[in-house]
Amino acid sequence: MLEIRNLHARVEDKEILKGVDLVVKAGEVHAIMGPNGSGKSTLAQVLAGRDTYEVTEGDILINGESVLELAPEERAAKGLFLAFQYPVEIPGVRNNYFLKTALNALRKARGEKELDAMEFLKLVKEKMKALKIDESMMNRSVNEGFSGGEKKRNEIFQMAILDPALCVMDETDSGLDIDALRIVANGVNALRSPQRAMVVITHYQRLLNYIVPDVVHVFVDGRIIKTGGKELALELEKEGYAEVSG
Amino acid sequence: MAGKADAIHDDAFDPIQERISKDYEWGFVTDVEEDKPPKGLSEDVVRAISARKKEPEWLLEWRLRAYRAWLKMGAEEPSWANIKHPKIDFQDIHYYSAPKKAGDQPKSLDEVDPEIRRTFDKLGIPLVEQMRLAGVAVDAVFDSVSVATTFKEKLASLGIVFCSFSEAVQTHPELVRKALGTVVPHNDNFYAALNSAVFSDGSFVFVPAGVRCPMELSTYFRINARETGQFERTLIVAEKGAYVSYLEGCTAPIRDENQLHAAVVELIAEEGATVKYSTVQNWYPGDKQGKGGIYNFVTKRGECRGARSKVSWTQVETGSAITWKYPSCVLTGDDSVGEFYSVALTNNYQQADTGTKMIHRGKNTRSTIISKGISAGHGNNSYRGLVRMLPEATNARNFTQCDSMLIGDKCGAHTFPYIEVGNSTSRAEHEATTSKIGEDQLFYCRARGISNEDAVNMIVNGFCREVFAELPMEFAVEAQRLLAVSLEGSVG
Repeated sequence: MLEIRNLHARVEDKEILKGVDLVVKAGEVHAIMGPNGSGKSTLAQVLAGRDTYEVTEGDILINGESVLELAPEERAAKGLFLAFQYPVEIPGVRNNYFLKTALNALRKARGEKELDAMEFLKLVKEKMKALKIDESMMNRSVNEGFSGGEKKRNEIFQMAILDPALCVMDETDSGLDIDALRIVANGVNALRSPQRAMVVITHYQRLLNYIVPDVVHVFVDGRIIKTGGKELALELEKEGYAEVSG
Repeated sequence: MAGKADAIHDDAFDPIQERISKDYEWGFVTDVEEDKPPKGLSEDVVRAISARKKEPEWLLEWRLRAYRAWLKMGAEEPSWANIKHPKIDFQDIHYYSAPKKAGDQPKSLDEVDPEIRRTFDKLGIPLVEQMRLAGVAVDAVFDSVSVATTFKEKLASLGIVFCSFSEAVQTHPELVRKALGTVVPHNDNFYAALNSAVFSDGSFVFVPAGVRCPMELSTYFRINARETGQFERTLIVAEKGAYVSYLEGCTAPIRDENQLHAAVVELIAEEGATVKYSTVQNWYPGDKQGKGGIYNFVTKRGECRGARSKVSWTQVETGSAITWKYPSCVLTGDDSVGEFYSVALTNNYQQADTGTKMIHRGKNTRSTIISKGISAGHGNNSYRGLVRMLPEATNARNFTQCDSMLIGDKCGAHTFPYIEVGNSTSRAEHEATTSKIGEDQLFYCRARGISNEDAVNMIVNGFCREVFAELPMEFAVEAQRLLAVSLEGSVG
């Protein structure tokens, strides 16, 4: 599903990604764990196509096809979804309008029929319950005045509606209390499927109690330094990054 | 959308026939001697305009007073606005033009510039309306006057007068004479004086006491706007307790051979009356290099004459090379309310210096100003607003919110607020923000699959939502599309 080959990226003169290699197959959930400032979020943004970062070497492939030259919206059309660490506020744009526009843009790019208002509403109503999204939230401006928990729930809700093949979640657990964490994790788990691949980026092991990964990678100083099973996360929690990377 | 506008159009009346029948009625199309009127302005030209319209003596005198006042101003345009343009030679302008001969009009849409047709399609303008806007010979399109008659009869049964200014001068001279120039005097400012001397036509609305006008007075004007010429004059009077909502303009791009446009609009709201005036302005803005385009110098003012009256301005300004426009409210009656909601967009080399004046004279008067300026390309956008609370206007309140959005790094946004509070019980609040359209907002939208251009439109429309909410529904939808079309090519 996702293949990253020797990926190097920099912002201005500073190299942040220093040769990332990663293969994630359909049906798998991979966790990427690392300390602050190690470049995890940069990896997420580079995957989604943010042009503030310059890729200097390596490649990113989705289903065997390089997406390096593709715009963010084209990567989304290929099935990539990034749940943002800091979801952006868009004043005056209603959440449901935003989501419908996004969904129909993706459907159009994939040659599918666009949904009309009624069909969209039906889809939204189905998915709203699981993530405890109420209608007032749909009618508010995108992320404007949302609490931290609401923003993260909204990201996973968007993910549920847009139905991507490849989910990248950037610190989806940060800023969540235990109840919100459980809601978000349940939302993510409901989306696990043999057809879908997931990459969960996190600083803490806590999230992985709820979203249990198949593979755990340790990410330090711009590259993956160690890979293992889910027990690696527990080890990290106990020993700390310094111990594992040392 | 198209269907909706069509329906409104068909249900209401057939304005084209209205227009034709009026021309026949007043015989404006027959004067062969005036086929090639001379350029320039003089007393003779003013007299000729008035004579051609068969105006009463008092109106001619009024025009002449305005002309003399204009001369005294030095025949030189004011220079205080934050706009740049070559000096206008007022003697090099035709102040009236011969009516177009029927044979000059295109016979079908196939003869219309494909560029214009593409824009019509993008805006979702119905076919019938496209023909009219493009000036297709109308008798080829319409064959019935019945709808127009129904519309006029309905308004007339309520005592509402709604017709062209020229027609009102003939049919309701006493109403016109009583109100004309009482809000914007003949010598108010350079362009208002010029307009008062040579105004071509416009609209007149009179809503009698206690009557609520049952429809948006919009469709009619959308049609007539094309023909009213460069010096438009509009006068709206709402008597005690009356209500009227009026919309001028059109989202379709209007080309005009006259570069200078100087309109005057006067609104009068008596006790407890409400006048709501909405504008969508999309005159030709010039090409991408800033060549050509309309200079739009407008004086618009409403007076809340009676207690508890209200004047509300909503404007969406996307056209014209230069916009110079300050729709204002004079709050004379106690407890009266003035509102100004504005979206002004400048792209390429457009310039806009626009805003409002709220003059508080009565006690407990309240005003609200919401201004959204969007600059793209090399566009330059200035908000200029005055809030003046006179000593006798105790307990007056104003709230001003003035937001600017920049797209790209070659455009400019400026804010010139003037606040004068003449007593200790009044309060004025001013909030202003300037934001660049956020790279992070764009990336967020794009990561969800929305194209760069659609993302910009979405963010800009969101920015303007408070203002669009004030527009009549059908125009709010058109205004959003209009912004999208006006922003085309503004982002790489």
